[in-house]
Amino acid sequence: MDDLEQFKQTYFQECEELLGDLEAQLMALEDGDRDVDVLHAAFRAIHSIKGGAGAFGFDQLVSFAHTFETVLDLMREEKVELTDDNVSTSVRAGDILADLVNAAQSGDQLPADHGADVLQALSVIAGGEAGAPAAESGDEEDDGDLDDLDFTPVRIDLEDGAAPPADADAGDAAAPDGPEPELDDVGAPAVYRVTFRPRTEMLQRANEPLLLVRELKELGTLTATADISDLPPLPALQHDAAYLSWTFELVTTQDLMAIEDVFEFVTDDCDLSIEMVEDTSTPDADDAAASPAPAGADEAAEPAAPKQTTADAEAGETSDAAAKPAAGDGEAAKADAPKPADKTPEKKDKAKSQAAAPAVSAIRVDLDKVDRLVNMVGELVITQAMISQQSDQVLADRYPDLVRGLEQLFQHTRGLQDSVMAIRAQPVKSVFSRMPRLVRELSMQIGKKIRLEMSGENTEIDKTVIEQLNDPLTHMIRNACDHGIEDPEKRAAAGKPAEGTILLSAEQRGGRIVIQIVDDGQGVNRERVFAKAVEKGLIAADANLTDEEIDNLIFSPGFSTAETVSNISGRGVGMDVVRQNIQKLGGRVSVRSEPGKGSNIILTLPLTLAVLDGMIVRVGGESYVIPLTNVIESLSPQDGDISMVAGGGDVISIRGEYIELIYLNQVFSIDAVNGAQSNGLVVLVEVEGGGKVGLVVDEILGQQQVVIKSLEENFDPIPGIGGATILGDGNVALILDVTGVRSLQVQASAASAAEKTAAIQIEECVA
Amino acid sequence: MIEETAEVEQDSGTPREIEHVAGKTVQLISFSVGKEAYCVDIMAVREIRAWTGTTTLPKTQDFVRGVINLRGIIVPIIDLRKRFGQGHTDPTKTHVVIILAIGDRLNGILADAVSDILTVPEDEIHAVPQAEGEAENPFIDGLVTKDKQMVALISLERLIDQAVVH
Repeated sequence: MDDLEQFKQTYFQECEELLGDLEAQLMALEDGDRDVDVLHAAFRAIHSIKGGAGAFGFDQLVSFAHTFETVLDLMREEKVELTDDNVSTSVRAGDILADLVNAAQSGDQLPADHGADVLQALSVIAGGEAGAPAAESGDEEDDGDLDDLDFTPVRIDLEDGAAPPADADAGDAAAPDGPEPELDDVGAPAVYRVTFRPRTEMLQRANEPLLLVRELKELGTLTATADISDLPPLPALQHDAAYLSWTFELVTTQDLMAIEDVFEFVTDDCDLSIEMVEDTSTPDADDAAASPAPAGADEAAEPAAPKQTTADAEAGETSDAAAKPAAGDGEAAKADAPKPADKTPEKKDKAKSQAAAPAVSAIRVDLDKVDRLVNMVGELVITQAMISQQSDQVLADRYPDLVRGLEQLFQHTRGLQDSVMAIRAQPVKSVFSRMPRLVRELSMQIGKKIRLEMSGENTEIDKTVIEQLNDPLTHMIRNACDHGIEDPEKRAAAGKPAEGTILLSAEQRGGRIVIQIVDDGQGVNRERVFAKAVEKGLIAADANLTDEEIDNLIFSPGFSTAETVSNISGRGVGMDVVRQNIQKLGGRVSVRSEPGKGSNIILTLPLTLAVLDGMIVRVGGESYVIPLTNVIESLSPQDGDISMVAGGGDVISIRGEYIELIYLNQVFSIDAVNGAQSNGLVVLVEVEGGGKVGLVVDEILGQQQVVIKSLEENFDPIPGIGGATILGDGNVALILDVTGVRSLQVQASAASAAEKTAAIQIEECVA
Repeated sequence: MIEETAEVEQDSGTPREIEHVAGKTVQLISFSVGKEAYCVDIMAVREIRAWTGTTTLPKTQDFVRGVINLRGIIVPIIDLRKRFGQGHTDPTKTHVVIILAIGDRLNGILADAVSDILTVPEDEIHAVPQAEGEAENPFIDGLVTKDKQMVALISLERLIDQAVVH
C-alpha cells in the first residue's frame, strides 16, 4: 500500500509537470500556432495523465482525458479543423482536466457533472468525425458486456508514438493506406506474403508486434489480415499470452532481405514465413480492411499487457515504474522496448525528434537530500572562510604555494556553492503557467477582454521562493484584471484597444530576480488613493507625498479603493498580503503607475532563501545580522538629533522626519560594552507595513553574504530573531527579524506604560 | 502454538527492546555537576565535546547559555547547574557539553565532567522518593546506585521546557 502511495505521489508530481506542459501547448494553439508538434505534445501530456489515472482508478479523470485525447488526436490527424472555437474548447478542457487531477490528488469528490458542458463540446467536436463515435460505442459495448470484469481498455499506438484510439489501430493496420514511397521509383514492385505468428516468448522478451507491423508498412503497401481464431473468450484470456497471428501482403520494391531484417530480432520467438507471391494484383483495400477490423478492439487490450511487462522489466527499479507502464505511452515503448525500431533509420529519426521535444533529461531527487547538500556546502564555505582568515602576510611569504592553493580552493568552493544553489533553482514557469487560466476565468467573469502575455518563464529561482510566489502573483494578477484593466467601453473611449493586456515577466538582475506585472489599464487613481488613505487614517490629510509614495499606499494594511467589494478583489487585504508575503521571502514590492496608461508592479526577490546579504553589527559583546533588504541607511547621529518623546521612546530626526529608535541592547537585555548611547550608530530599517525604525547598535562590522541556518530546528522560536548564521570565525550570529524586534519594543513600552500607570494608581491610593 | 507466539513477540520488538528482554539492562552515561552525579540514557547521547563559547540567545531563560555551531547545526546549550537552581556555571576548557537528541531536536547540556558508562539492570532504577506534600522533582526520572553513590537519571523532555521568555 505504501508503494502505491509512493507511486501516486510520483504520478501527481508528473501530472503537475504535464499539466504545465499542456497549458503551454494550449496557449501556443490559442496564439495561433497550428504546428502539428504542438498538438503532439499536448496529446502526449493528456495521454500520460490518463494512463496513470487509469492505473489508480480515477475513473472520472480517465473518461474525461479520454474524450479530450480523442479530440486532439482527430485534430492532429487533421480530421477536425483547428477553428478558434475548437481551440478555446480545448483550452477550457485543459482547465477541467487540471481540476480533475487536483480533485483526484486531494481526494475531493467533484460533482459528477463537473465540466459536463466542456465534455459535451468535446464530444460534439469528436462527433464531427465519422470514425470516432464508432470507436466510442465499440468501447462501451465491451464494457457493457463484461462489466463484472475490472477492465480498462488501454490504447496502443501505431503511427505516432502516442496512442490513437482503437479504431485507428484497426484502420492503420488493416487498410493499405501506408505511404507508397518507392512504388514509382525503382523496378517493379513484388508482392510478398508474410505469415507471422508471435509466440508468447516474444511478447515476454519485450517485443511489440505492432511495431514490427508498422515497420513492415514502411517498406511498401501493406495489407494485414489478422487471424483471431485462437483468441479465447475474454474471461479465459491470459493477459501475457500471444493469441494473434497475421498474414501480411506486402507490395514493395525492397528485396526479401529487407523484410527479413524487420523480423531479425524476433525470428527465434515467432513462426515466420516469407514468400514471394507471383500474383501481383493489388489486394482490395475494402476487403482487407473489413476482416481485421474486429480484431482491433481486442488487440488493443491484449498487447497492452505485454507492454506493461516490458516497461517493468526495463524500468523496474525506478519508482516511476507503476505509472509508466499503465500510461502505455508511445514514447516509453519506443524508447525502451523495440529493438527493431532502430533498424530503420527513418524510424530512429522519428523517435529521436519525439524524444527531443518534451524530454528533459532529469532526475527526481528528494528535496531533503538537496538541502543536506546545500548545508554541507554552506559549511564548506564557512570553513573555507575560516582558513582564509588565518592566512596572513607572513604565511603568504613563507608558503606561497599553500596560499595560492587556498585561493584556488576559495574559487572552487564558490563555484561549488553556486552549482549547488542552482540545483534548488526552478524555472518560474511552474507558477506562471497557472496564471493564464486565472486571467481567462476572471475575464469571463467580469466581462473584460484581457490577454496575458508572459516572458522569461525560464528564469530560475529557489524552489522555496517559487512555492510561495503563487499567492502574491495570483493576488496581483487579480488586481490588475479587476482594478487595472478598464471595461471595454471605457477603453474604447480612451482610444485603447478593447482587449487589455497584462504582461507578466521575470528576469534576473544581478543577484536578484525581478518579476513585473505590467498592465495597460487605467493606472492608480491617485486622488482616490490619497483620499482613501486619509479616510483610513493611514496618512495625515495635509501630508505632502510624491506620486510614487501615493501609488505605494496601495500596499498599506487595510487599504482598498474598490468601490464595491467584489469576490475577485477588494477585500482590502490583497496588496497588503502581497507585500507581507514578498517581504517574508526577503523581497520588495513597489508599484509605478501612469494615470490612463497603466501600472507596473515590480517584485524583486532574492535568488535563494539559503543565503542572505546581511549587515553585521555589534551590540555589546554580540554580533547580529540585519538583512540588507531591510536596511535603508545607516548614520551616526549628532548631538540634538535624538530627542525623547514623553511617555514613549526616543526618536531621531532625519531630514525633517521623526523616526522611532530601538535600542537593541535594551530589547535584548545585553550589557552594553560601550555603554553610552550617544556613541551608538543608527541603522535605519524598514519594517513590514512600510514603517521605518532606527536600530541603535554599537558598531557596524561589515556586510557579508551569510548562509541562513534554522534556529527552530533545535529550539523554540524567539521573538525578534529570524534565524542564525555562522560567521567566518565559526561563531554563531543571530539574524534579526526587524519586524519582530519592533513588536518587542511596542510590547516593552506598553508594559512599562502599564507599570507607570499602576505606579500612579498606587500613589493615588496611598494619597 | 507457543513457539509461534514467541516468534511474533520477537519480530514485533525493536532491537533495543529485544535487548531488554534478554538482559534487562540499560546503559547510562554518568557525569558530575558540582558534587552531584547525574546520568542520561546512552541512546540519547550524540557526542561529548569540550566547552566552547556560545552565542547568547536573547529573550530566553537564564539556564539557556546560548547556541553553538555544531558542524553547521545550531544547537542550544543548557546550563544544568542553573537549570537545577544551583547557580551559574563559570565554564572552563575542562567543562563538557553533552549533545543529546531529545525528541527530534538536538540540545547540549553543560556539565562539569563525564564520569562513566553505567550498565544497570532496569529493575535497579529506583523511583524518586517523595516526601508527602513535596512537589515532584520534575527533572529526575529515577535513581541509580553506583559505588554506593547515588546517581540521578535525568528526564530529558522536561529539561528544555519553556526556555523562551514571552
